[in-house]
Amino acid sequence: MKPPKLIALLLLATLALLSGCTTVQPWERATLADYKMRPDRDPLLTAMMEHIYFSREASSGGRGVGGSGCGCN
Amino acid sequence: MWSPTKKTSLVAAILLASSVLASAEVKVGQPFPALASFSLEGALPESAGRVVLVDFWATWCAPCRASFPAYSALQRELGGRGFTLVAVSVDKQKGAYDEFLAKFAPAFTTVRDGKQSLVGEVRVPAMPTSYLIDRHGVLRAVHSGFYGDKTMKELRTQIIELLEEKS
Repeated sequence: MKPPKLIALLLLATLALLSGCTTVQPWERATLADYKMRPDRDPLLTAMMEHIYFSREASSGGRGVGGSGCGCN
Repeated sequence: MWSPTKKTSLVAAILLASSVLASAEVKVGQPFPALASFSLEGALPESAGRVVLVDFWATWCAPCRASFPAYSALQRELGGRGFTLVAVSVDKQKGAYDEFLAKFAPAFTTVRDGKQSLVGEVRVPAMPTSYLIDRHGVLRAVHSGFYGDKTMKELRTQIIELLEEKS
């Protein structure tokens, strides 16, 4: 393959990769900020999952950060 | 005449460059977009010759909600000296917006950018973000996020400086 052709293909491949990624803009995060998106919205389920985790791993906690996906501030 | 390979490379390079340029934000020192040229829901206040703070907020954003009492106090304090605060909601759901305003009744003007055309043009870096505009419509400061007293102290100082500037 000739170098110019290779460069063109590489550029096109880069473009294709870039178009495959998207950023949810700060003003588009209403759905992510919804209470339903919280991983800890159900206290009973959270307690059960913690119990299972503790039983299997002999450790607890460190399951992530609190809050939902607003990403504010 | 250019070869097809060269043409393809050129098109790819232009597309790549345009994708980078499309993410440009409004910069300090540039004129802020005229609010009236966007289809915002709600009446805009007379802002010609006034120092304006445009705050982008949403009902689903906790720091935005926390800023409302402090912003109301700021509008009451400095409104008579030529300061106007315009809060632009980016809520797509009108119901949530109306409900929020009925509950909190802010002392400043609020409008809704339901189509998110203005916020898309300004490209705010975070929610909330406020833009301080001088009497000539030039953007002078940007405050990304709301950090309570720290933000209010900085904002108040900057607003008073702009109010005292000779026009």
